[in-house]
Amino acid sequence: MEVDSVFFTDRSGRVTSNPLLDQLPSYQSLLYRRKSSGAGSKRRNSSRNRFGSSGSNKWAVNTVSKHEEKQKLEERPIRELPKTMAEKRQQKAQRLQDAADLSSWRQWKQGTRRYLRRLREDAHDWLSSLQLWRGDIHLIEGMFGQGILSYFSFLRFLVMLNLIIFVLMFSFVMLPIIIAPHTSGNITYNLNDGGICSVYPSSTRRGLVIYYEHIADLLSGGGFLEQTYLFYGYYRAHKIYFPKTTYNLPLAYLLATIAYLFLSLVWIVKRSATGFKRSLIQDEDRFQSFCNKIFAGWDFCITNVNASKLKRSSLLYELKTDLEEERIKQKIADRTRKEKCRIYFIRFLLNLFVMAVLAGCFYSIYKATIFSQKAQMDNIKVNFIVDLIYEYLPSIVITLANFITPLVFSIIINFEDYSPAFEIRFTLMRCVFMRLTSIGVLLFSLWSQITKCKEEPCVCGYNHLLYSCWETRVGQEMYKLTIFDFITIVSVTIFVEFPRKLIVRHCDCGLAKWWGQQEFAIPQNVLEIVYGQTICWIGTFYCPLLPAICTIKYFFMFYIKKLSLINNCRPATRPFRASSSNFFFLCVLLIGLALACMPVIASVAQINCSQACGPFVNYTTSWEVVPTAVSQLPDGVQGLLWALSSEAFAVSFFVVTCLAMFYMIALAGAHKKVIKQLREQLAMDGRDKRFLIQKLCQAQRIPEVRPSQPRQQVLSSSSSRRSPNYETSFSNNFDESLFLVHSPPDSSTHV
Amino acid sequence: MGNKQTIFTDEIIILLSFFFSLHARYHELAPHLVPMDYTNEPDCKLPLALIVNMPELKENPFRNRIVESFSEDGMGNLSFNEFVDMFSVLSEMAPRELKAIYAFKIYDYNVDNYLCKEDLKKTLNKLTKEELTPEEVDLVCDKTIEEADLDGDNKLSYSDFENMITRAPDFLSTFHIRI
Repeated sequence: MEVDSVFFTDRSGRVTSNPLLDQLPSYQSLLYRRKSSGAGSKRRNSSRNRFGSSGSNKWAVNTVSKHEEKQKLEERPIRELPKTMAEKRQQKAQRLQDAADLSSWRQWKQGTRRYLRRLREDAHDWLSSLQLWRGDIHLIEGMFGQGILSYFSFLRFLVMLNLIIFVLMFSFVMLPIIIAPHTSGNITYNLNDGGICSVYPSSTRRGLVIYYEHIADLLSGGGFLEQTYLFYGYYRAHKIYFPKTTYNLPLAYLLATIAYLFLSLVWIVKRSATGFKRSLIQDEDRFQSFCNKIFAGWDFCITNVNASKLKRSSLLYELKTDLEEERIKQKIADRTRKEKCRIYFIRFLLNLFVMAVLAGCFYSIYKATIFSQKAQMDNIKVNFIVDLIYEYLPSIVITLANFITPLVFSIIINFEDYSPAFEIRFTLMRCVFMRLTSIGVLLFSLWSQITKCKEEPCVCGYNHLLYSCWETRVGQEMYKLTIFDFITIVSVTIFVEFPRKLIVRHCDCGLAKWWGQQEFAIPQNVLEIVYGQTICWIGTFYCPLLPAICTIKYFFMFYIKKLSLINNCRPATRPFRASSSNFFFLCVLLIGLALACMPVIASVAQINCSQACGPFVNYTTSWEVVPTAVSQLPDGVQGLLWALSSEAFAVSFFVVTCLAMFYMIALAGAHKKVIKQLREQLAMDGRDKRFLIQKLCQAQRIPEVRPSQPRQQVLSSSSSRRSPNYETSFSNNFDESLFLVHSPPDSSTHV
Repeated sequence: MGNKQTIFTDEIIILLSFFFSLHARYHELAPHLVPMDYTNEPDCKLPLALIVNMPELKENPFRNRIVESFSEDGMGNLSFNEFVDMFSVLSEMAPRELKAIYAFKIYDYNVDNYLCKEDLKKTLNKLTKEELTPEEVDLVCDKTIEEADLDGDNKLSYSDFENMITRAPDFLSTFHIRI
């Protein structure tokens, strides 16, 4: 029979109303919401009869607010209402009827609103269909799950980022030079003032050039590539005089650099904002451990037997890991003082060992860089291959170090006795530190070579004899790192992963079983691309075409990784939590960006720019171009800019930012407290309600109520499943079988 | 829409094609039972065993519960209306609240409108095919109830469940079937 009211007592359908409980505001709103969402006329009639006597006063008062609620309900499109199909059809008929009653102005308003909403949805769909590689990523998601999907969408993000950076540099630095001859612009070049600092010996090869020397040049960025748009040294234009304006190229170069760093920062922060919010909420509740896994863990899309086996084992693994974490937490809490001392001592020793390993790697990178630079300077030509090795020595050493250290770290962490989740994160942090600092060490060793002269201090501020154009040299090193990184990735895929797959598939020996099939290790792959992106950010100032090279590199990397994934890899047995992984990737990328900013800022502000090449020949440091340009602006603007860069403004800006930050922290703390209180209040209210009902029943002693019936019987007889009504039985707690019915979809989720 | 003519937008075409493809699937489950002509509103219900063998549901550990919770008689016999209901709730287009309601129904094995410890144990065993030890199952169920239970009655009512599932980040992406 129809379940219509909040209280429903027995099979015969006689409703015993309790006037006090009928007047509860929560009851009124429940009943109203159910009525207003398209109940049939039959229900309306019966409830109207019930309401005749008791609730009429309250009813009158509440009609106004109910009318407004009804309006709000009507705004939602019907398909989004949590109803069955039959009810939705009724609701639609209802709305059409209502719409016909409205005035033409309201009809027009509704129509426009609907049209605009549809337009917005269409635009959104169209934009998302333009996304690069949408089909490929869907395929990967279907086959390998969310963790690997996030890696590939991260890769796509980097392709777009590099493309935008390249467009920025191209349009502000290269385009004016290229179009100047066509638009009758006049380019003035930096003059060679004849001083010793501005001597720039040409590095182009003369005479008969053997073919492999061209290849060596292509791979090392020297020879014929050195005096091209690829490197900083080629941009010697000082000012470009167009018919109407003067274009200050050095200023544009510097500002474009600052702009691309700032743009990357803003884009990454914006992208990580959602992930950050989600992580904060989860950390608060430790939500992910069990509820999420049990209720939202099984992917209903799985149709393949193997995939379901895999999903099952990965869920099992996750649950077991969480149980293990709980056990270890318990163990840590139970540790005695003696054990704690022992553990801390071991950790101290192992951290010292880790630092020694890192120091060793950094020292070897330093030595390799110095050796390589000397070999290039002295121009010792042994033979083609050895020369190339000397050129690429720093890259080779960095790659080797980045290959060995993760293995060392993962062995060491076993002895340090942390919880499994912390182990993973800590090892990852160490690997990130290793990768990004190795670039820093390379740059530091280059810088030490550049600023070391035979007689101190250097005449030009840098070693003009060996490094007449040091920025180009740095650009060449970054270029080599990028090329070598790409070559490494391709070779590892071809020469390690494919043979591994062949061996494991066709050979049944012990080696194959121990090695096992390749798993796509997400953290290591992410570190690889963050490393490449950091090099790109540092190198773009010295090598403006580097973003284009990186875009192409990541573009091909997508296809290579995808091919390797589909053909060689099996899905990971250790699942990588997808919802937090996006945030992790962007975090590591931000660290890379922070690290990349430091060398760029140091070289722009501190190191003397080379006098023999590049756009900043007339200035001491690259930064000087900005004050010079500012001094040519009108007085008012100049005054404003000087004020903005003064200490007074900086200090007050800093103070204001600190205050804002403290305010936000206080606000967040207050919200947390409020949430906790509300949650306790919810629990309290539930208990209050039960207590009140118990008391009421005891007080009333309603005679028509039949004695307690078996719960299952009564519930199964209430047939109507057309609407998702719920019957919550309290017959556990009470003698009388008084059943409380509430309609959860409307009450808990509607506005 | 009012008095204007119905324009077949892309949206309507997608919905219609979804509807017709659903009917095609329903028909091919039992071609001799399912009529093509619905003018007389025939009362045709397909039994649980047929529906549960559909490829989309075959590998799902909760397939029996899913079909039962959409059927009117609670035994898993679906009419075409209920069949459409089922796949539309489980599609990508359904809103979160609707999915939460049916998720609660699915996990409630003894249909008492509470997720008690027994329900959770059954859910967990179906998920892991009983590869956890009984103590581990116990511990996990206790922890789950501890995390989600707000009113302190050691079982999850619908409001507890809904409160918890709206914060589950993976719920919308896992609780859907592509057909």
